[in-house]
Amino acid sequence: MDQKRLQDTAKAHVPKTHKGRNAIVAFVSGGIIGLIGQGLCDIFMQLLDIDQKSALPMVIVTIILITAITTGFGIYDKAAQYCGAGLFIPISGFANSLTSAAMEGKSEGPIYGIGSNMFKLAGSVLTYGIASAFFFGALRFILFGG
Amino acid sequence: MNTIQFKNVYVASRSVVAGCLEAQGPLKDDFDKTYEDNYCNEKSFEKAERAMVYDACDIALRKANQKPSDVDIIFGGDLINQLTSSHYFARDTNIPFIGMYAACATSSLVIGQAAMWIEQGYAKQALAFTSSHVATAERQFRYPNEYGVQKKATTTSTVTGAGAVLLSAQPSKIRVSAFTPGKICDWNYSDANDMGVAMAPAAYDTLNRHFQSTNTDFKDYDLIATGDLSQLGFSFLMDLLYQDEHPVEHRLHDCGLMIYDTSEQDVFCGGSGCACSMCVSMSKLLEEIEQGNYQRVMVIATGALLSPVAIQQKESIPCIAHAIVYERSEG
Repeated sequence: MDQKRLQDTAKAHVPKTHKGRNAIVAFVSGGIIGLIGQGLCDIFMQLLDIDQKSALPMVIVTIILITAITTGFGIYDKAAQYCGAGLFIPISGFANSLTSAAMEGKSEGPIYGIGSNMFKLAGSVLTYGIASAFFFGALRFILFGG
Repeated sequence: MNTIQFKNVYVASRSVVAGCLEAQGPLKDDFDKTYEDNYCNEKSFEKAERAMVYDACDIALRKANQKPSDVDIIFGGDLINQLTSSHYFARDTNIPFIGMYAACATSSLVIGQAAMWIEQGYAKQALAFTSSHVATAERQFRYPNEYGVQKKATTTSTVTGAGAVLLSAQPSKIRVSAFTPGKICDWNYSDANDMGVAMAPAAYDTLNRHFQSTNTDFKDYDLIATGDLSQLGFSFLMDLLYQDEHPVEHRLHDCGLMIYDTSEQDVFCGGSGCACSMCVSMSKLLEEIEQGNYQRVMVIATGALLSPVAIQQKESIPCIAHAIVYERSEG
């Protein structure tokens, strides 16, 4: 069959991607997550009488917990379909990739299922996160002496 | 030779079981059994898919008043690696079994093969089934079910369900009259999120070869249903047919667009999967033939034979489409 004819005809049937809409929704929803994080931070600082440095890890852990629970209830993926990068880029995206992969592995047991599958999706973030931390750390040490 | 014609192959009984999303769709009243959730009272989705195969085959045999030992051979297929659902079902049947894979085109493939065995007299009764499950297919081909990645608007939803058909040489109201095996069609399209468009040329090729070898055209069929081309692939196929000036005249439809209400249900561009064409043809289409509303119907099941590993290695998607023709008989 004539490949060029197929490719030319197929072009007319590719739907428009809503890049503008996606960007705005991601900006707003990502911003809301940031707002929630800031709110939690202020609450922790007020309630527990701690400084910002101690409150920040608690904020991160709280967002991870909320993500894990909403993922478990099947809400997170529906929200993520709508919000896109707004939920994917913050720490919630990372937490969701761990939780969803762990849930999927449950049927194969704790070792071969949950254990070996949990980092299936998050693995590349960790690999390149650690590799780039080493690289830029080394660069900083060489150029600026630590 | 492109098309195999059958003279003595009849549909003795048929059955369709479907999941909860399909049970809310336009064909809900045509299914024999539906489930409240996608676990189908089992512990894992893989077991749920197997339970659906059991139910579909059980219902088909009961409808025809046959025992499992009356079946000479079973043909089946699904989407999971090593045809897990089919083989684990066949393990418990003690009947000769042939498993087949053509991705979503498996339905026409297994029915075509079963029909050949009946036609040649190798088997008196042959059972053919396919199944698919949205959760097992997502896991097999894409991401974990709860992973929050934004899916493209071009994707399709895998149909959760199973369909079975018992073929026999005993005359009945529905006859299987022809089978056109597909050729692999690869036009260097590699978007695994848009398999409808990838598969449309395969359906186009099989349709043209079937028309040529049987000397028929659209006017000879009451309905020609493609398997799971999605809205985009379907309009692409229509475009190709109009360019050739085929008299389509509303005789072309797509099973993936019939099983869901795409405007109301959240299924992206339509349904797909092994069970998609099987469920629609075994419920709606053959019912119309049995009622006498249709005389001749062709189902062109389309399959994207992609492998997730090959796609990651930047390969394109080979596609295939197998066609099968059902006719009303006065038997």
